[in-house]
Amino acid sequence: MTAETMTRPVPIRRWKSVFEAYGQEIVILGVIVVLCIGVWLYNPRFLSGNNFLSIFHSNAYIAIAAIGMSLVIISGNIDVSVGSLIGVLGTIAGTMAVNGYPIILCWLVPILIGMVINAGVGVLVAYVRIPSIVVTLGMLSILKGGLISVTGGAWISGMPPEFMIAQFRLFGIPSSVYFMVVLTVLAALWMKYSVFGRTVYAIGGNPEAARVSGIRIQPSIVGVFTIHGLFAGIAAVLFATQLQVIQSTVPPNLELTVITASVVGGVSILGGTGTVIGSTLAAILFAAIGSSLVFLNVSAYWLRAVQGLMILATVLADMARRRRI
Amino acid sequence: MATMVMNRVLRHESILGVLLVAALVVLAAQSEHFWTTDNLLNQGRLMAEVGLIALPMTFVIVTGGIDLSVGSIFGLCAILLGVFWQNMGMPLPVAMIGALIVGAVAGLGNGFIITRFKVPPLIATLATLALYRGLAEGISQARSVRGYPDWFFVLGQGEVLGVPTQLWLLIVCFAIAAFILGMTTFGRTTYAIGSNEVAARFSGLKVDRAKLLIYGASGLISGLAAVIFVSRVSTTRSDMGTGYELDVITAVVLGGTSIFGGRGTIIGTALGLILMQALKNGLALSGVKGDGTIVVIGAVLIAAILVGNLLSRDGDG
Repeated sequence: MTAETMTRPVPIRRWKSVFEAYGQEIVILGVIVVLCIGVWLYNPRFLSGNNFLSIFHSNAYIAIAAIGMSLVIISGNIDVSVGSLIGVLGTIAGTMAVNGYPIILCWLVPILIGMVINAGVGVLVAYVRIPSIVVTLGMLSILKGGLISVTGGAWISGMPPEFMIAQFRLFGIPSSVYFMVVLTVLAALWMKYSVFGRTVYAIGGNPEAARVSGIRIQPSIVGVFTIHGLFAGIAAVLFATQLQVIQSTVPPNLELTVITASVVGGVSILGGTGTVIGSTLAAILFAAIGSSLVFLNVSAYWLRAVQGLMILATVLADMARRRRI
Repeated sequence: MATMVMNRVLRHESILGVLLVAALVVLAAQSEHFWTTDNLLNQGRLMAEVGLIALPMTFVIVTGGIDLSVGSIFGLCAILLGVFWQNMGMPLPVAMIGALIVGAVAGLGNGFIITRFKVPPLIATLATLALYRGLAEGISQARSVRGYPDWFFVLGQGEVLGVPTQLWLLIVCFAIAAFILGMTTFGRTTYAIGSNEVAARFSGLKVDRAKLLIYGASGLISGLAAVIFVSRVSTTRSDMGTGYELDVITAVVLGGTSIFGGRGTIIGTALGLILMQALKNGLALSGVKGDGTIVVIGAVLIAAILVGNLLSRDGDG
């Protein structure tokens, strides 16, 4: 009897708390479902397996980069150079592969370089106290300008097939999709349950309180940027291997797409809140919107306007939801 | 206290001034073409668009905000100038005013989202960056507009008293902006918002109205810069102004405006802007390719803030 009265209200409360904790994620998931059903009613080919897989396959690298970006933003910082970094690392990977280096090195070296570069950014932010937007604005120019002046924006092709890791398939699904799902889940669990994850939330939420509680902020910030470099490196390798050619320039607007995915996914730009599940869902949502325009016979030139409206709507809904709770 | 703050503000600008003189001397030694009247005036022409947008951006950043949508408003106004004139048959002067109004409305839209719904400026303008650029792309459908009448090119290609028209415009706007930020109640309100918004609100300052005006001005001036740009390059395309936001913010931050708000001057922005343009031009003249100069600007941005930080920490100690 007592057990019954004790247990009964719990599931209700738990559901409510799940909604409070993952409200933004649930909203985005809902939007994705509604969008998919709507477009499917208009054009059933939208939900064909091939189209769906290609949406995931060609955008997995954005979702993965957005995981690292979410960590950076949760810690109260920002990185506007991630697009340039992915361009540089992808070019390094492709160039190494064409020149016959061992495949494993072609994958690992760019990732390591990404970690080293971003560790440097982290040091400038944490120890020299230059605001992250200033450091990364500078890095954006350095990486982008450096890349184009070295390569001239040439196309890289003729990479060996065993280098194309993003195109490997298991049960008919490209590996990039597995990478996206596994990395998102791992990062989400790690952020929720590890000491480091909680440290990142604490620093972003209230740096002064975190410092007083004995958290060593500076090494943690360097750690966050280094991990962000790791994810950017993985994203770069997938980006470089998803097509048969790599253009050795910076993908246009990539940094904004990545930041937008994080922010729409519920990561507060003020730091301290948000999850990587939300950012991955938001990246999927953008990809789905882009693909659905094609199936709705809307000119692709309207894509960015629709994306902008979606971002605004999500942000305003989020503001309204926070006020209500 | 006030003098200490003043000293610190001035210190960054003195560093920047020294850096600028050093850069000018080195660049002049590298190439005999650099220090010629023709070249310098031409550089003034080239930096007018970014320079104009950097003025309201200084206000925006001093309030602790940011406006990432300026490049997109620029593109939208450029496209609509062409559409108003060619597709809707408006007289060109009316179309120009129409483009300015669109810019102001787009900027006020940012201000409205930021003040009414309390959306952080970075997110609000990130959203409108995509929205306004998307509207420009959607409306233009990748068509360009050409064939403007000759008198229109006076604005972007002509000269008044031997100086490029838009450089006059930049100087006038610069003087107005420096006056407003440095000597008026509105300017002090701007600093107060950036230093402590809650305190500013409780002191009875009209914070929301000031922000609305500042973001509106940012849009209006972006529209003006777009009209000048169209006149300079004689054509209209929807990708115009892509990435301008980063150039503008770099100039403002290089000029010593704190990205956290509350600190910065129009003089600093002007120095930052001139340093950027001098580096671009000087390096190009001494044989560095266009993209190499971007690398140097990025390095200078980090170095300038780094040196400023190290020095000011000594001063605080």
